[in-house]
Amino acid sequence: MVLRVQGAHPRVAIKGPVPEIPVPVWRNFKDLQEWEELHQKRPEGDKHSALFESVTEGIHNFPGGFLVTTVADGFFNWARKSSVWPVTFGLACCAIEMMATFASRFDVERLGMVPWASPRHSDLMIVSGTVTIKMAPMLKRIYDQMPDPKWAVSMGSCANSGGPFRHGYHVVKGVDRVIPVDVYVPGCPPPPESLLNGLLLLQEQIAHFRRTGERAAPNPKED
Amino acid sequence: MTADEARTLIAESFSDTKVESGVPMVVSVPVDQWAPFADFAKTTLGCRFFSFLTAVDWKEQGLEVVCKIDNLDDNVSLLMKTRLGPAAAECPSLTPVYAGANWMERECYDMFGIRFDGHPDLRRILLGDDWVGHPLLKSYAVDTPHPPYR
Repeated sequence: MVLRVQGAHPRVAIKGPVPEIPVPVWRNFKDLQEWEELHQKRPEGDKHSALFESVTEGIHNFPGGFLVTTVADGFFNWARKSSVWPVTFGLACCAIEMMATFASRFDVERLGMVPWASPRHSDLMIVSGTVTIKMAPMLKRIYDQMPDPKWAVSMGSCANSGGPFRHGYHVVKGVDRVIPVDVYVPGCPPPPESLLNGLLLLQEQIAHFRRTGERAAPNPKED
Repeated sequence: MTADEARTLIAESFSDTKVESGVPMVVSVPVDQWAPFADFAKTTLGCRFFSFLTAVDWKEQGLEVVCKIDNLDDNVSLLMKTRLGPAAAECPSLTPVYAGANWMERECYDMFGIRFDGHPDLRRILLGDDWVGHPLLKSYAVDTPHPPYR
């Protein structure tokens, strides 16, 4: 690949990237592989009982039965959006703004959000900061430890697209290459008002959430 | 000890080195005298404070290792430099002289691929163990794909 300057001789010759790449070490860890497999698909026999299935089928087939399911969906979604617990997980300077959002002045607790120090009890991951290639497997692991249904907010330019470090050598060009993201909050860093706006958007999105279960895989990105 | 005294002492003991005036004093050392000169600077010149160690990639002229050491009592600073020569990446280690050079040389190996002879534990320090290449070299393609996340 040669970078050409218009109407001139090629001044800068950039060598193409070297494609010789070994399998990453963390893929070799057996427990990590098992862990990923466990979280990619539901185990066999993890289904509703026959009675439950017949009752839900009956509701759906009954005239006007959709009212019951939509009302139930609405109730569950109201409950979900009113108690979104973000896991306290900060990566870089955006985490400072995130802490300010959690603190008394902006006070996300009035929206039902309690910053919780365990991914096992949390529903939301706010990716606040630069994700490096070395950090990405750990981030994925924390995300996998959160129970479904779960959401992710990408906060700041670095998490959205790599930001100013996009052309650095070891920054992930957007956290959506690692985990699925629901809301992107722009800014460098976003002030607490922006993050608060993003969280309100997320609540709006949760209000239309239809069913629990597996989320879509992150989009493969080419550039 | 003043800077002038230090300069004469260096000229007496190491005739191959080139000393430039200024603060800090820039001393260009041949690569085979790198470790003996550091030992001399620590014991004789009293430069016991190890400030930093890094490297510069001068493309086809090869790599240059730069190291700053200070004598805080007499306010004498030395900026040691050595050229490794074209297409060479071997340098004697300063870790036996300055223990603080340990992690600096590991970082230097990580970023530039310079192999420090005599280093007790020359592994990568910042990048992952599976990383290919040394990213601060000028020949490194910055957008080298790195699976699974680049």
